[in-house]
Amino acid sequence: MRHIISLLLENEAGALSRVAGLFSARGYNIESLTVAPTEDASLSRMTLVTSGSDEIIEQIMKQLNKLVDTVRLIDLTEGPHIEREMLLVKVRAEGGELRAEIKRVAEIFRGRIIDVTDTTYTIELTGAGDKLNAFLDTLQRPLILEVVRSGVSGISRGEKALKA
Amino acid sequence: MELTGADIFVRCLQEEGVEYVFGYPGGAVLHIYDALFRQDAVKHILVRHEQGAAHAADGYARATGRPGVVLVTSGPGVTNAVTGIATAYMDSIPLVVFSGQVPTHLIGNDAFQEVDSVGITRPCVKHNFLVKDVRDLALTIKKAFYIATTGRPGPVVVDIPKDVTAHKAPFDYPKTISMRSYNPVLRGHPGQIRRAVDLMLAAKRPVFYTGGGVILGEGSEALTTLTRRLGFPITNTLMGLGAYPATDRQFLGMLGMHGTYEANMAMHHCDVLIAVGARFDDRVTGNIEKFCPHAQIIHIDIDPASISKNVKVDIPIVGPVDAVLSEMDRVVADSGRAPDAEALAEWWRQIDEWRAMDCLKYDRKSKLIKPQHVLECLYRLTAGEAYVTSDVGQHQMWAAQFYKFDRPRRWINSGGLGTMGFGLPAAIGVQLAHPDETVVCVTGEASVQMCIQELSTCRQYGLPIKIVNLNNRYMGMVRQWQEFFYQGRYAMSYMDALPDFVQLAESYGHAGMRIDRPEDVEGALREALKVRDKVVFLDFITDQAENVYPMIPAGAGQNEMILV
Repeated sequence: MRHIISLLLENEAGALSRVAGLFSARGYNIESLTVAPTEDASLSRMTLVTSGSDEIIEQIMKQLNKLVDTVRLIDLTEGPHIEREMLLVKVRAEGGELRAEIKRVAEIFRGRIIDVTDTTYTIELTGAGDKLNAFLDTLQRPLILEVVRSGVSGISRGEKALKA
Repeated sequence: MELTGADIFVRCLQEEGVEYVFGYPGGAVLHIYDALFRQDAVKHILVRHEQGAAHAADGYARATGRPGVVLVTSGPGVTNAVTGIATAYMDSIPLVVFSGQVPTHLIGNDAFQEVDSVGITRPCVKHNFLVKDVRDLALTIKKAFYIATTGRPGPVVVDIPKDVTAHKAPFDYPKTISMRSYNPVLRGHPGQIRRAVDLMLAAKRPVFYTGGGVILGEGSEALTTLTRRLGFPITNTLMGLGAYPATDRQFLGMLGMHGTYEANMAMHHCDVLIAVGARFDDRVTGNIEKFCPHAQIIHIDIDPASISKNVKVDIPIVGPVDAVLSEMDRVVADSGRAPDAEALAEWWRQIDEWRAMDCLKYDRKSKLIKPQHVLECLYRLTAGEAYVTSDVGQHQMWAAQFYKFDRPRRWINSGGLGTMGFGLPAAIGVQLAHPDETVVCVTGEASVQMCIQELSTCRQYGLPIKIVNLNNRYMGMVRQWQEFFYQGRYAMSYMDALPDFVQLAESYGHAGMRIDRPEDVEGALREALKVRDKVVFLDFITDQAENVYPMIPAGAGQNEMILV
């Protein structure tokens, strides 16, 4: 099953490689990983998407927690949570009809066109992973010039907060 | 007053009460060596290869419970030490390893003797640091000792660029330290402890299975008190030998691949298993599908990640073994309850039946020297009081089976990583820690050659280590597997072109003896044990065909042992 694990790490050089090294050394799989400093510059927040049996996820949580740089962690998928990912996609957009069609689809998905040339659009879209997939599926594959995805970020709903 | 990084380094070691640093100088650590030279409090032991430094510090740590300290230079200094660091990591031994690094402005430049030490050691350390500013040095060293010695211990590497050892900063060594991201558990959950005690008191066929964690966590006394109060049988892992007195009637011997028949059968048939500071290693469990099929399992460990890693347990207790076992003993005592005496008597009757198989028997009338005979003799002549280090292979298993350790920290071997070459340098650390004790390195002619250069270190510091070399002219354990599982095709396991070990020992300034008749074994050992100023290398020419029994073949269950 897919799990979204959120970690607060000491913002130290090498903290990211400790997490990545742990996953490769123990043969766990990483679907996506995002990391950036928080409002407290001494802390980094990491969101990690992985999958595995309950036993494997339990081990992943324990092994992550065992890293000396890990301050706190939570499996977001255990409770109500919000998951967001940002997509940037550059598409071939030539001819009035096609340009209008692409713009319309982007609006339906609440995407924004953030760069325009005579021949291309670059669209920004935010949402859960399956929404981004659905959007990409609606675009004709040959039109897509470039896709960039940020990887998943997540946060718990309500009062619950991951704090040092 | 401001001090250079090198002087700060030495002051930190003094503040930590470090007695010995095991190391080897080189370009990147010359400032540090100069600072060491200008003081007397911290003594430096010069090894002949950095692997030896790490093993010697490791042996010191295992024998004393204090952290071992290593100092090596950058590049090959670090890479040579990696085997020793990984050895300590697998057995959770507290080491603090300092490595020199090229100056900060050259890092990443492929400079002379540069290697990414933090990157190379990351998978085999508890934690590591690169110190880029001299003002961080003292605090980082404090953290390194704190992390290495608390919780589940382990090696910590501190990589120090050369310019950091030359720069100056005020020296201030913190007395205590706390880290928000690192908080080892200090006691077990009382509710879990009560649940565990209830299960233990209701058991019909209980067994204690305890590992190296009991020794690391100084839990031997509490374990012995609790086990005796309950009257339960107990088995130790290879790493746990000595945690419970081996000569006690309740002790079933070691378990696992070359454990005793009674220990493995008791594991297989038990209804309650109490695992303490042990990690359900594959050499212990055999086929995990067939492991302890009737048991409810209690597992006490300081490391939550060890619990339910290989085997799902019923009552996990995270905490220091000493505190948890003492608390359990109190709960049992206060409850006024006792285990089921009738069931226990029946269980012991069954165990004694298994014991009567005498699974460690061997041919005592042989005209050739049997390795088991050498170890029995060694045990008798040292009254079980020696510190015994070993290398890896058949001799290691025989030492574990035939030398009965009644006290912790006396049996020193590489259990997790299985590092050949560990025994001799480890013995150096042990002998330095306990200069008046008898230290014996039980080894084989293959293992001992992997760090043989340390004979020179032994000479320099006048260490009277006794090397018991069980020389069967084979990599014995490899040969045994080839005999059992490869139809006797002894691929590359014959040790051809061996040195004359007597002459080799003598050329290093030590004494050597070759013994090839069983009737000379005792006399030779007696004579060797009297020598107090140099190594005695005892080269026992043993029966080449001898195998380690009993044995659970890989993939088999604990009740499927090969007996003699």
